[in-house]
Amino acid sequence: MTLSFTATVTDRDVEVSFDVADGETVALLGPNGAGKSTVLSVVAGLLRPDAGRVELAGRTLLSTGGYADQARVDVAPHRRRVALLAQEPLLFPHLTVLDNVAFGPRSAGVARAEARSRAQEWLDEVGIGELADRRPGQLSGGQAQRAAVARALAAEPDLLLLDEPMAALDVAVTPALRQTLRRVLAERTCVVVTHDVLDALLLADRVLVLEGGRVVEAGPTREVLTRPRSAFAARLAGLNLVVGAWHDGALVLDDGTTLAGLVAGESPVDGEPVVAVFRPTAVAVYRSAPHGSPRNVVPATVTQVEPLGDLVRVRAGDLNADVTAPAAAELELVPGVEVFFSVKATEVDVYPA
Amino acid sequence: MGQTRAVGLPRWVVVPAALGALFVLLPLVAIVAQVDWSNFWGLITSESSRTALWLSLRTSTASTVVCVLIGVPMALVLARTSFPGQGVVRSVVLLPLVLPPVVGGLALLYTFGKRGLIGQSIEVVGTTVAFSTIAVVMAQVFVALPFLVVSLEGALRTGGERYEVVAASLGAGPTTVFLRVTLPLAMPGLVSGAVLAFARSLGEFGATVTFAGSKEGVTRTLPLEIYLQRETDPDAAIALALVLVVVAVLVIGLARQGRSAL
Repeated sequence: MTLSFTATVTDRDVEVSFDVADGETVALLGPNGAGKSTVLSVVAGLLRPDAGRVELAGRTLLSTGGYADQARVDVAPHRRRVALLAQEPLLFPHLTVLDNVAFGPRSAGVARAEARSRAQEWLDEVGIGELADRRPGQLSGGQAQRAAVARALAAEPDLLLLDEPMAALDVAVTPALRQTLRRVLAERTCVVVTHDVLDALLLADRVLVLEGGRVVEAGPTREVLTRPRSAFAARLAGLNLVVGAWHDGALVLDDGTTLAGLVAGESPVDGEPVVAVFRPTAVAVYRSAPHGSPRNVVPATVTQVEPLGDLVRVRAGDLNADVTAPAAAELELVPGVEVFFSVKATEVDVYPA
Repeated sequence: MGQTRAVGLPRWVVVPAALGALFVLLPLVAIVAQVDWSNFWGLITSESSRTALWLSLRTSTASTVVCVLIGVPMALVLARTSFPGQGVVRSVVLLPLVLPPVVGGLALLYTFGKRGLIGQSIEVVGTTVAFSTIAVVMAQVFVALPFLVVSLEGALRTGGERYEVVAASLGAGPTTVFLRVTLPLAMPGLVSGAVLAFARSLGEFGATVTFAGSKEGVTRTLPLEIYLQRETDPDAAIALALVLVVVAVLVIGLARQGRSAL
């Protein structure tokens, strides 16, 4: 199920080329207008590039010719075996959840009863098996997106395209869905378009950073995020990532500091290694330890203070906090100062490491 | 529950709005007032009335079916494709909406009539179209088709292509997408369009009388019967007119329901 992609779309100034290996998940990161959606549209067959070639699992899906006497090919979207999962679940409102998921198998000629039993298995797989008989209108946003995931997978595509699959969801349900996606996408060939570095970190093996219609950076996810070379990756990379062990419902660091957070999926067992992730913008900085607050408090020593757009990034070892310039001035933050980083538990995502 | 305030509503508009509503309502009241209730049942069940009513129902049903069969593909092509001259094609399709029906009838006569553009070729097969029940249906289709096309094209455009793109990405071919996704989603628009087309067919007069004539039992539909009875038996004409009013009210009710179904 290897994907090989090359395309030029002149009027959108997009010129992109990349490969996805069998079973690999690649994240397309980049600011708005960078060409991410254009790439997906070309792969899905919704947009014909001015020049290009798309091959999937040994089949040529698209060839605009001009490559050493190759014929022009443009396989229709429904014959590409490329399933699309968009921001909106787009469940067919006139069908039950079960029939939505059975739609792919039915279209492939599978008998109704067999298609429905397969659909039920996929619904169980994404954790909403009991909602099979509901209408899409009776589902919450998170449930509907799970159904959409099941529907895309039930079509047994060679390639799955995810276009910001969690962007339209309530933040409270994204960690659990992300965990489900991480599980079901593990061995699949996938391209994920995302704004969210967490998606890249937890779903993708490799990232491509697009800027101005070109690939400006590519590599294994952790490498790109820890040693970013493009401006966009650098902005993403500031995410705080804390490694520890799970004890009594919280992550415990080596120095004994505890961090409470939202656990995606099943709760880890005691002693299990876990990772906590939170954004620098979610961190508040204090000079003295805040009292009577339900927040996590981590003592830290400022190592560096630098401007970051409208904000000031305060670095303390591996942790970053983004604060406003007036706040930084008032706190007199300079390297060497002892501070306390504070972050709400609801802003911290905890994952099994 | 609170009530929202209508911000963009000057109070004085209520007066002309109410006058307009009265202007539509009063004539209906006048008809009801004129009905000879003691003989009402006898008038609407007379031999000629029943013949005309039955013919009207049959031809209007037939023309609605024809409108659906050719109007759905037309709406689909107009809503989902773009080709040079599409605007012109759309205008031509909608022309019967604004064309006087009698002109439509003349146009049909010079197309399918005995000495018409393709009427001669039809005659070779051994049939004549003009002044037959088929001509009634054709006249009705001619005037009713735009109602269905406009209504359905609007529904298809509002619905957008998003669901169809998803269906195709799940491996569904164009025909499957059309039958299982496009059509069910556009069903409210199709139902209200079909109901409007039926109503327009039922009321059709000008094109019918020009192209099909007024032969009792063959081409004399209810509106034609009412027009004729008006001279000889005004009470019968008014009674039949009330029947058409009732049918029209039912049709509007149905169309509203169709629109709010989804």
